[in-house]
Amino acid sequence: MTTTSPLLDAMAMRRVLARMASEIVERVAADGGPVVLVGIQTRGVQLADRLAPLVAPQLAAPLQRGVLGITLYRDDLSTIGPSPVVHETRLPPRLDGTTVVIVDDVLFTGRTVRAALDEMADFGRPRRILLAVLVDRGGRELPIAADVVGLTVTTRQDERIMVRVSEVDGSDEVVLVPRSES
Amino acid sequence: MSRIALGKDLVGLEQLSREQITAILDTAEPFKEVSERPIKKVPALRGKTIVNLFFEPSTRTRISFEFAEKRLSADTVNVASSGSSVSKGETLVDTARNLEAMRIDMVVIRHGSSGAAQFLGDRIRSNVINAGDGKHEHPTQALLDLLTLRDRFGRIEGLKVCIVGDVLHSRVARSNIWGLTRLGAEVGVCGPLTLLPREVAELGVTVFRRVEEAIEWADALNILRLQLERMTAGFIPSLREYNRVFGVTSARLAQAPKEIVIMHPGPMNRGVEIDSDVADGPHSVILPQVTNGVAVRMAVLYLLAGGSPDWATSGGDA
Repeated sequence: MTTTSPLLDAMAMRRVLARMASEIVERVAADGGPVVLVGIQTRGVQLADRLAPLVAPQLAAPLQRGVLGITLYRDDLSTIGPSPVVHETRLPPRLDGTTVVIVDDVLFTGRTVRAALDEMADFGRPRRILLAVLVDRGGRELPIAADVVGLTVTTRQDERIMVRVSEVDGSDEVVLVPRSES
Repeated sequence: MSRIALGKDLVGLEQLSREQITAILDTAEPFKEVSERPIKKVPALRGKTIVNLFFEPSTRTRISFEFAEKRLSADTVNVASSGSSVSKGETLVDTARNLEAMRIDMVVIRHGSSGAAQFLGDRIRSNVINAGDGKHEHPTQALLDLLTLRDRFGRIEGLKVCIVGDVLHSRVARSNIWGLTRLGAEVGVCGPLTLLPREVAELGVTVFRRVEEAIEWADALNILRLQLERMTAGFIPSLREYNRVFGVTSARLAQAPKEIVIMHPGPMNRGVEIDSDVADGPHSVILPQVTNGVAVRMAVLYLLAGGSPDWATSGGDA
């Protein structure tokens, strides 16, 4: 059981996502081309699902959707333990010239995003790629930064940020868990 | 999600649990999509070196493994028995040790002797994958058969699958029987008594003497190739007679109470164990089997490469 109170509860999460959606619209509007909202498996997918209906009505062109399973592009196959779970990737047939917004739950080391960028490059050449994350917890191991951030928190290396979404976890919240409890 | 280790080698389905087999099939699903991409390649096995050691001729299986390896970005070397030191009398274990001295990571082996893959796996550190050993097992073929059945029916449990033909010489049959029964399917075998192994009833399968009975019973038929090259004794009177009695023909299938899915591991002897209009018919999944073969082999290679049981599972929001 966590003793700490959530960093975001369901209502706060809704508010933060709404603000992220309008920031995304602001940033992609200038490009004018097709926009693709791509969720990283697994929690990024549900967050993209929440953002899509907020973003789509404010765009000139229809919002395209995608799902990115980055397991096969990870750089740590030998250390992630037995039988890693491979998630599927589904992207629009043409990425060339699009503005892609990658959505993930937590930005930490940056390695997931690195893998996502590598995978994306094998599918085409978007005009621009943006990164939107619900939580930026610092601790980067690569020179990567998010364009749209819901919440910035300072954490210790041994703490964990858990993003829960109702579709998968039964409730919407963001909590900080000390390592000893995870 | 719980993670299930496969161990170091894939020798056969006999040693695998229902959970392990299901984990391989589930992992194969996302790999199907990799072969549909514009760039059919992911970097998962970059830097791994894989040797395909084929002591018996093979086209489909070897190419399928090679595609699987290349689409995972592994570096591959093919060794065939003819034109290598094997033909100079080098033993299997010497060949493998020499390869291992060149710092390889995995060996895919096809060999005429039952038990060759296990023998090798016990003696080298690299992961060993059995691509068919004698009359013993051909696990990746059975896995792709299972995946194809699951695609078609949405489940394996409760399916009635009959293996028709030369069960005696068939490692495909043996692996299928292990895999199907472990996943809860009912298995039948049908063929001339001379081509059914004596212990077949002990494997928990139903024996059909007539192919018509098998057709009436089954949801799917897995029709085996008559392995003419392994038949030294007179197992059957003639190919024509075999076709007349055990051949799967459209006339026989027309008598079935339902539509039957048709599988064949290839290469086919058209007009012997299977007629052309059945092989090319609407219920044939023979080509989807081949497509699934690459995905299943990618899954096995990937899981073995990442699946060393002594590695701790590191969670974390990276």
